[in-house]
Amino acid sequence: MKDTETDADPVLRLDGICKTFPGVVALADVELALYPGQVTALVGENGAGKSTLVKVLTGIHQPDAGTIRVDGAETRFPSAGAATKAGITAIHQETVLFDELTVAENIFLGHAPRGRFGLVDWTRMRGDAAAILDRIGARIDPRTPLRELGIASKHLVAIARALSVDARVVVMDEPTASLSQAEIEELYELVGRLKSEGKAILFISHKFDEVFRIADRYTVFRDGEMVDAGLIADVTEDQLVERMVGRSMDAIFPARTATPGGEVLRVEGMSHPTEFADISFTLRRGEILGFYGLVGAGRSEFMQALFGVTRPSSGTVTLDGRPLVIRSPADAIASGIVYVPEDRGRQGAITAMPIFQNVTLPSLAQTSRHGFVRMAEEFRLARRYTERLDLRAAALDQEVGTLSGGNQQKVVIAKWLATRPAVIILDEPTKGIDVGSKAAVHEFMAELAAEGLSIVMVSSEIPEILGMSDRVIVLRDGRIAARFDREGLTPEALVRAAAGYETAA
Amino acid sequence: MSPTAEARRLPDRGTGCGARILRSWELLLAVIAILIFIANTQASPYFLDPWNLSDATFNFTEKAMIAFAMAFLIIAGEIDLSVAGIIALASTAMGWALQFDVGAAGLAVIGLGVGVVCGLFNGVLVTRLGLPSIVVTIGTMSLFRGISYIVLGDQAFNGYPESFVWLGRGYVFWVVSFELVLFALLAGLYAVVLHATNFGRQVYAIGNNPTAATFSGIRVARVKMILFVLTGAMSGIAAICLTARLGSTRPSIAFAWELEVVTMVVLGGVSILGGAGSIPGVVLAALIIGMATFGLGLLNVPGIVMSIFTGALLIAVIALPRLYRLIRTGRAA
Repeated sequence: MKDTETDADPVLRLDGICKTFPGVVALADVELALYPGQVTALVGENGAGKSTLVKVLTGIHQPDAGTIRVDGAETRFPSAGAATKAGITAIHQETVLFDELTVAENIFLGHAPRGRFGLVDWTRMRGDAAAILDRIGARIDPRTPLRELGIASKHLVAIARALSVDARVVVMDEPTASLSQAEIEELYELVGRLKSEGKAILFISHKFDEVFRIADRYTVFRDGEMVDAGLIADVTEDQLVERMVGRSMDAIFPARTATPGGEVLRVEGMSHPTEFADISFTLRRGEILGFYGLVGAGRSEFMQALFGVTRPSSGTVTLDGRPLVIRSPADAIASGIVYVPEDRGRQGAITAMPIFQNVTLPSLAQTSRHGFVRMAEEFRLARRYTERLDLRAAALDQEVGTLSGGNQQKVVIAKWLATRPAVIILDEPTKGIDVGSKAAVHEFMAELAAEGLSIVMVSSEIPEILGMSDRVIVLRDGRIAARFDREGLTPEALVRAAAGYETAA
Repeated sequence: MSPTAEARRLPDRGTGCGARILRSWELLLAVIAILIFIANTQASPYFLDPWNLSDATFNFTEKAMIAFAMAFLIIAGEIDLSVAGIIALASTAMGWALQFDVGAAGLAVIGLGVGVVCGLFNGVLVTRLGLPSIVVTIGTMSLFRGISYIVLGDQAFNGYPESFVWLGRGYVFWVVSFELVLFALLAGLYAVVLHATNFGRQVYAIGNNPTAATFSGIRVARVKMILFVLTGAMSGIAAICLTARLGSTRPSIAFAWELEVVTMVVLGGVSILGGAGSIPGVVLAALIIGMATFGLGLLNVPGIVMSIFTGALLIAVIALPRLYRLIRTGRAA
């Protein structure tokens, strides 16, 4: 898929870039070329490797293999500073700026113009900042403290910062994710201006409308591999969706034959002041209900509200016909609803504590007598669930932090199953774990469902949603965008519902 | 699951339990304690006298009582620097109550009550308002002692009844003082609670990862509240013993004890970052600090040098494990 026909040589060219993290291949033999005065859109599902690529480009991660060429000369970015010096700059999803500094200081932090005795030349710095802001059409006083600006203006400051170092390659990682429609229009204009100045732009986005509006080229990532690249003019939205999702269902999912039983959980009209609104659904015995959506669609936020971590502003939850009042995770666990969080290291496992203590933490009432721990009981409970999950460890008193990602996830799942819940919410249950552990988790989920456990599964991986769910709910911007039964469920339909792109057909 | 999974059996404990004990901080402390003991016997012929040894225990018993509760608090990721302030306030309250002829039991109840109320106050500020405990308790440290200064000025409360004074100077059996017995009982109690109960387990979980602890259904704020109240109560008990032993209350009572208590806890192997530590370690640290200061006293080392010693010890204890790790990883690289 090489573009031999090019109107210019690429400013930046990546070849054969590989990057692995313990247990995960984030990038496998990836190539990418960026051309001056052109916008290249990088599309792919969550976890396809886009963010890792950005980190490689900006010197935050070092690739394990492959070459980076700037103007044809091979180079390396051992640090973020080296990438900046080579003219590559990134505007991240959550831009790193400093609230307590002024706009001018933010723009020139680390490379402020120097005057006599090496002191910062404040007058020149403010003048230069004003000039750059003017160039991008931002009406912001450089002396304003950053904290007084809104998100959109902060983005503009970040862009000004990128221009202040005379960047030749600008990476924009989902720049419109938190902008209003009017602000998005301004950003498009700005991208156009950068193009006309001859900058090469890498534009990462989930939104197809903007990809087709502003990009000249596209590159599609899937599961850490570059699967397609070319000119936007040569491709249709449908083709792009298809390539992003992929036809292959590499993972083998367990066969699910059992039919779900009666209603177990009913959620009605659940809303939150900022994160989600009006979410209603039911869950039946032995059913797996998938929740799909883009990052930031409010899936985890909703699940954590259901689990009592945050308080919803309205809505009712009924379990087995009994209305529940859930004010804390302790309440949820006591009623039989448990949540396996996405952020394993922070919310799920206590990595400095041994496996058995992690497993028994929410079940201490079960394993103790009169408040005193009984280690023999703890080992028994921990063994029952970890062996069922085929945990690979040396011993049950091993610290969880010494296990691989997949095995840590098994410990976390074991911990929640040991409480014998009625409903288990799995938030990205196989994110960042190796293929073998993934299959074990999937197999185990099917087994649990067959035994009558009701499962809510949040996932950004389309194959997993398709392979495991009995029904699927798609969230977009905190609201239910679509509901699917197993029939009529296609990858394309999921992506369209999640991205808000309605097909004309 | 596959048949191979059924056949595999995870052992409870991995190999190398013995090696872990050999490398443990507690063992190192025990060795240091023995070395200091031997050094003391060499330094002064009076050290081995049973009554001198008994006197030496007063150097740590009151501080160690607070250190047990402080260990819980630090393991849970919080700290209470107001403990010495609480002693001053509790002692002042007891001295003030002398005029009403309340007897030993009444005085003890007042001392303990003031401690509990102070702990509750700290706990509310930290857990309800979400303020950092280090800032809150630096504030209440001055606040509590400040009240003592207002009440007492440059005066002192004297004339504690004989039955009350026994709590600080009395002996249960031969050279075994009431304070030493109380210290031993509390050490046992705290060790059991920390190492053998659900509550203790939850304290470790909170200190290691408060978010995961919350997600695991632990009521983190409630546990922390209990720990602040417990630390306040122990400060109250220490105030009773110390006031009884001194027989008087001045506003400068137990001045800067919070540093010695924290030193004791950290020397005992409790991670200042939370999540790790043991009560046996704190007991050994108490013995070491008690014996070291007593030994220096026998050598007529002035008090200011002893405070230099305590400060140096605190820094050394925090820095040594990190230095050790730096050297080890440096060699590996």
